[in-house]
Amino acid sequence: METLTCNVLVLGSGPGGYVAAIRAGQLGLDTVIVEGEAHGGTCLNVGCIPSKALIHAADEFEKATHFSGDNPLGISAGAPKLDLSKTIKWKDAIVGRLTGGIGGLLKKNKVRSVMGWGRMVDGKTCEVTTKNGPVTIKAKNIILATGSVPVEIPGLSFGGDVISSTEALSLDSVPKQLVVIGGGYIGLELGTAYAKMGSRVTVVEAMDRILPQYDKDLTKPVSASLKALGIEVMLNTKAKGLADKGGLVVETPGGEEATLPADKILVTVGRRAKTDGWGLKELDLSMNGNVIWINDQCKTSMTGVYAIGDVTGEPMLAHRAMAQGEMVAEIIAGENRTFDKVSIPAVCFTDPEIVTAGLSPDEAKEQGFDTKVGVFPFAANGRAMTMEAEMGFVRIVARKDNDLVLGIQAVGKGVAELSATFSLSLEMGACLQDIAGTIHAHPTQSEGFQEAALKALGHALHI
Amino acid sequence: MGLHKIQMPDVGEGITEAEIVEWNVKPGDVVREDDVLAAVMTDKATVEIPSPVDGTVKEINGDVGAMVAVGTVIIALEVEGEGNEASISQEAAAPTPEPAPAPAPKTEEAPAPAPAPKKTATVVKPVTSSAPKHSGATAMRAEGEAPIASPAVRKRAMDAGIKLSYVMGSGPAGRITHEDLDTYIAGGGVGAGRAVGNVPNMSVEEIKVIGLRRKIAERMQDAKSRIPHITYVDEVDVTEVESLREHMNANRREDQPKLTILPFIMKAMVISIRDYPKLSSHYDDGNDMLYQYGAAHIGMAAQTPGGLMVPVLRHAETHDIWGLAAETKRLADAARDGSITRDELTGSTITLTSLGRLGGIVSTPVINSPEVAIVGVNKMVVRPVYQDGGFVPRKMMNLSSSFDHRIVDGYDAAEFIQRIRGLLENPATLFIDS
Repeated sequence: METLTCNVLVLGSGPGGYVAAIRAGQLGLDTVIVEGEAHGGTCLNVGCIPSKALIHAADEFEKATHFSGDNPLGISAGAPKLDLSKTIKWKDAIVGRLTGGIGGLLKKNKVRSVMGWGRMVDGKTCEVTTKNGPVTIKAKNIILATGSVPVEIPGLSFGGDVISSTEALSLDSVPKQLVVIGGGYIGLELGTAYAKMGSRVTVVEAMDRILPQYDKDLTKPVSASLKALGIEVMLNTKAKGLADKGGLVVETPGGEEATLPADKILVTVGRRAKTDGWGLKELDLSMNGNVIWINDQCKTSMTGVYAIGDVTGEPMLAHRAMAQGEMVAEIIAGENRTFDKVSIPAVCFTDPEIVTAGLSPDEAKEQGFDTKVGVFPFAANGRAMTMEAEMGFVRIVARKDNDLVLGIQAVGKGVAELSATFSLSLEMGACLQDIAGTIHAHPTQSEGFQEAALKALGHALHI
Repeated sequence: MGLHKIQMPDVGEGITEAEIVEWNVKPGDVVREDDVLAAVMTDKATVEIPSPVDGTVKEINGDVGAMVAVGTVIIALEVEGEGNEASISQEAAAPTPEPAPAPAPKTEEAPAPAPAPKKTATVVKPVTSSAPKHSGATAMRAEGEAPIASPAVRKRAMDAGIKLSYVMGSGPAGRITHEDLDTYIAGGGVGAGRAVGNVPNMSVEEIKVIGLRRKIAERMQDAKSRIPHITYVDEVDVTEVESLREHMNANRREDQPKLTILPFIMKAMVISIRDYPKLSSHYDDGNDMLYQYGAAHIGMAAQTPGGLMVPVLRHAETHDIWGLAAETKRLADAARDGSITRDELTGSTITLTSLGRLGGIVSTPVINSPEVAIVGVNKMVVRPVYQDGGFVPRKMMNLSSSFDHRIVDGYDAAEFIQRIRGLLENPATLFIDS
């Protein structure tokens, strides 16, 4: 059996793992990364990137459809057609380029990749089943970056027409009837995309609202847009199982059973930390519920064993994992680091998009802050009008006593890109006056950010 | 949009200028009616200047510490409507205001009686302490709050092993800047890699001397430069008066205040002044005139949070020991909490200064001009004193007193103090009317 020794072993090459490995390589640490599937993890292969590719294709298709009918822009075009298998191939090519790129980056930084399923044997040893036979890797430091997997519903296990987000990103045709179970961001992003590509989409949500992590002001424009796209959202409705003749049996709010016709049933009720199948039991780590417990340096309860990313719990976001991975590599290299980020922004790529950074008005209140809130609607923004994107707003939450910005949220077309300026403001410790005093280019939607700050200060100009 | 100009208000009879002690606004600030714009101080009081209108601060004139003539425009506010520019005469901007003739209508003005711009009187409210800082700007973060700093500052601090929670933030909302970190490291902050206490502290802090501090400075400078001081020190055996004091304290009624040694010294001063009346006087050296007072208005130098103040116990000759004690306490408390009135701070004819336990052995008090004498009390200690062929422990206390040598000769000064000493060493004589 082949045995490797190294300083740093990274288990899993998703965004957390590969960044940790690259940074460790940059710092001159002898590093090995173990990957059972493909470099890039969920994010690149079956998550962020492919879903955004599909959403883009759906948007373009919808535009073309829109132009084939009456429209205020005066554009006329023939009815478009969609060859989804070709779309998927295009998407796969992007994924291929990115994952290949990661392999190159790892190599460039002298990180050794071991492709195969790894299992931890103890706190310093990992056994990997590769196609060339088993490899034992001994390491001084271990970074666990095993990620997360979609949650299954009992009685509706994945397979056949019951699919997870993974399969939804590789269908060969657009389903006529798509039922989405779960009104969270993954279900709504994909549901919206398929509706735009022509599916009749029904969203089944057990709770009384969609996107429960966001407040109602933020989700209202999304709800309106779902309605406009003809997506039926069934709230307070529970999925019970498959109907005999196909379709989904649900329990309505009234307690009655109903059958929803469905060609595909997409289950998006959340993701859980991937804590099985790689030898967690051998390590005896302290857990925090169903995820691995870590401190503010991503150290687990075992010396020399770190954990980063989704396997450590919420927020399960690629950029959080990347920041943790970078930090852990530096800690192993002897630098003094703690995870001290003020903001982990989150983006929901529905139509319109939602972006949040820092504290919402309610969260700020819960934390005991006296706040002032400034909201600026895109309906009063020139650029938004010219893009037929007047829905939504930018909102700033600041401390009443010293105007320190605590949180920024926005909902609207394309606002995902505003997440950068939102997060930067928070990390730099900006006050309302800093944002209000920064010239924002005209005409852009970002002017809404400045105006929201002015509004909170009591002197917005364009409202 | 118009301009509303605000002048340095006439804050009291005969006051021609006032010192700006605080700006509460800066150009660009939006202010509402009644928001405090600035605080100004005169010999008599500190007053806040409130905004008479809503508006935006266009400009402010005068630095903190500057003496500004009454009538000078110190703030211009941009306001809705016409403002009050028309109603402020051009002359008002001149350093010395005209003795207020009714502003004659200017000939070039339109003859039609245009609606007069809303004129709002600049009201002034006396304050005892400086107004709170304008919100935002440079507020410090509260104890226990997470430090605010950019990622670059955070990284630098971590690399240097510095916990940012110990670092003062000078930026908006208490944000910690690179400079704050530099200052902390230069100050030998923990983890700066150098031993605390061995680092040369190169910092120089600029502290503007304003307000009460400036007043004190001016008066001390004036007294020391004009008055030829003579300081006389002698020791007093206070054993007897101390045991009398203890007895009186032990047997006092509930409504009687606790006695310190000061009322006894005041009583001794009152009696001594009767014999040496020249020592309770004001010397007007500009007019070669000495005003010798029959009364003993004793100034009591008191340390307050803002600095030295001298409340005046008026007509000390009318009070008994208990009355002196009660007045002393009342005035000292009023000086400390700021409720003291102007009348209670002026008119002393002789001053008593005591640092209590910090009294030391000898001091050289500075005369509270235009008075001619100041009696200083040093610390009381038990010392061995040679008496009747042996050493005995006695409670001894020095009196360090200064006199204006232009009026008081050394001989007179010594006699005056010896009189006080005699009275204190034979306390019964304090209470015998001769």
